[in-house]
Amino acid sequence: MPDAVRAGQPDQATTPGAAREGGFSMSGPGAGEGRSGSGSGTDDYVFRAAVFSADDLRRAHTRIAHEIVERNHGAGALVLIGLYTRGVAIAERLGAAIESFEGVAVPVGALDVAFYRDDIGLRPVQPLGSTEVPVDVTGRHVVLVDDVLFTGRTVRAALDALTELGRPLSVQLAVLVDRGHRELPIRADYVGKNLPTKLAEDVRVRLAEVDGGEDGIDLWGPGVRGEASG
Amino acid sequence: MKHLLSIDDLGREGVDELCELAESFLEVTQRDIPKVPALRGKTVACVFYEDSTRTRLSFETAAKRLSADTMAFSVGSSSVTKGESLRDTVQTIEAMGIDAMVVRHRAAGAPHRIATWIDASIVNAGDGRHEHPTQALLDTFTLRRHRGPSLDGARVAIVGDVRHSRVARSSTKAFAALGAKVTLVGPPTMLPESLDGWPASVSCDLDAVLPEVDVVYLLRIQHERQDATLFPSLREYTTRFGLTVERAARLRDDVLVMHAGPMNRGVEIAPEVAEAPRSVITEQVANGVAIRMAVLYSLLGSGAPVA
Repeated sequence: MPDAVRAGQPDQATTPGAAREGGFSMSGPGAGEGRSGSGSGTDDYVFRAAVFSADDLRRAHTRIAHEIVERNHGAGALVLIGLYTRGVAIAERLGAAIESFEGVAVPVGALDVAFYRDDIGLRPVQPLGSTEVPVDVTGRHVVLVDDVLFTGRTVRAALDALTELGRPLSVQLAVLVDRGHRELPIRADYVGKNLPTKLAEDVRVRLAEVDGGEDGIDLWGPGVRGEASG
Repeated sequence: MKHLLSIDDLGREGVDELCELAESFLEVTQRDIPKVPALRGKTVACVFYEDSTRTRLSFETAAKRLSADTMAFSVGSSSVTKGESLRDTVQTIEAMGIDAMVVRHRAAGAPHRIATWIDASIVNAGDGRHEHPTQALLDTFTLRRHRGPSLDGARVAIVGDVRHSRVARSSTKAFAALGAKVTLVGPPTMLPESLDGWPASVSCDLDAVLPEVDVVYLLRIQHERQDATLFPSLREYTTRFGLTVERAARLRDDVLVMHAGPMNRGVEIAPEVAEAPRSVITEQVANGVAIRMAVLYSLLGSGAPVA
């Protein structure tokens, strides 16, 4: 998810997933997404507000890690599976946190959902990485991990992808930000922050190991030009 | 990308992109359930005017693992035997509702021609002595998996009946596109009359070339295409150009041996060499399914422009 989350372009109704993980590159918003007819290019987006500082993000990670262990009565039967790109990094952080206070090494996997999406053919859907799940998910509690929960279509695709790998005891969902605007009956079990947003806004998650620089979450929105056309 | 007719359509960027996409599909093919729903509802027709085992099965497997429906057509049991023209045949198949047509034909350029007649995406699965782009892609993919994404400076010898080989033409272009140095090796009767369109050098002396290479790519001696005698006897061919046990023993340990199949064991390659660890021949077959998934997905699914 190179550009976290964005919405509100005119073609949103037909390609709702496009906002989630469009691009092939990390070169910034809108890169490679091939959203034709999008009048307000995301170049027009401007910074609106800082949502999480690096410290806030660290605390959210720690809290979610504890909640996961508490809810599952330990870490023994857990497997954390991150969704590319930032979900994988977050899953690794959660795994490291759980190991630090629980003393259990939780298997961490990575899931690419491109081939399970419902907007294949509507936009350039390209895999963002290779699926690597180190253990059999059958008989385990799977926690899917992503950065931002938005339409729910990525998670829907992830549930399908997961089904092909085995039959988990349960599937739970952990996200750093729930920004609303769901298009499917999906909810998160662990949330870093509930952030009401406008459809046209962007939630941009920065993680040191993916994006370089300092961790943080920011809210961006269309600039004046974008607002006029959106 | 609408069609895949020639390696020339792709360039370095396109070859790289397809190889990277194939990595994801290779992982899919190694799962317990080696199938994804990416091309649900799409139909792929395999239209083969020439015999084939691996290419046709490979395309059908690739399509099925993407959840596309497949249609098979073989000339022997079709209306072609009643004299139906190529154009009428492919238009009839298209009218049944297909999204892609995989074509093999004995005439060079037939897939290009078909692409002007129908709307479906056309994949060239071998046209006469001209091109076989998916074979070249799987060869390149296989080499990349062993040597890393760039083939810059890799030295590849393609040995055998280069002149009559569509595999040699396509693979030479693909290897060269990624920066490899290709040497075509064979008796003068089997080397191209002109190097126009061949980004390669030539040699008639395999033993002089072997110490200098990283990859030996053997071509099949094509009995069915040989109207004239291009060499005195199979035995003489093997003596001068076969990868015998003795020749293979002189290769560095990290030199790879490739073959597009089907092999004439004991002619261009000794059975022991084909089974040796340095041989990646069965890997080529497995990689073929993944690269064909990547091709079909790029044509029908991703909507992504390939350079």
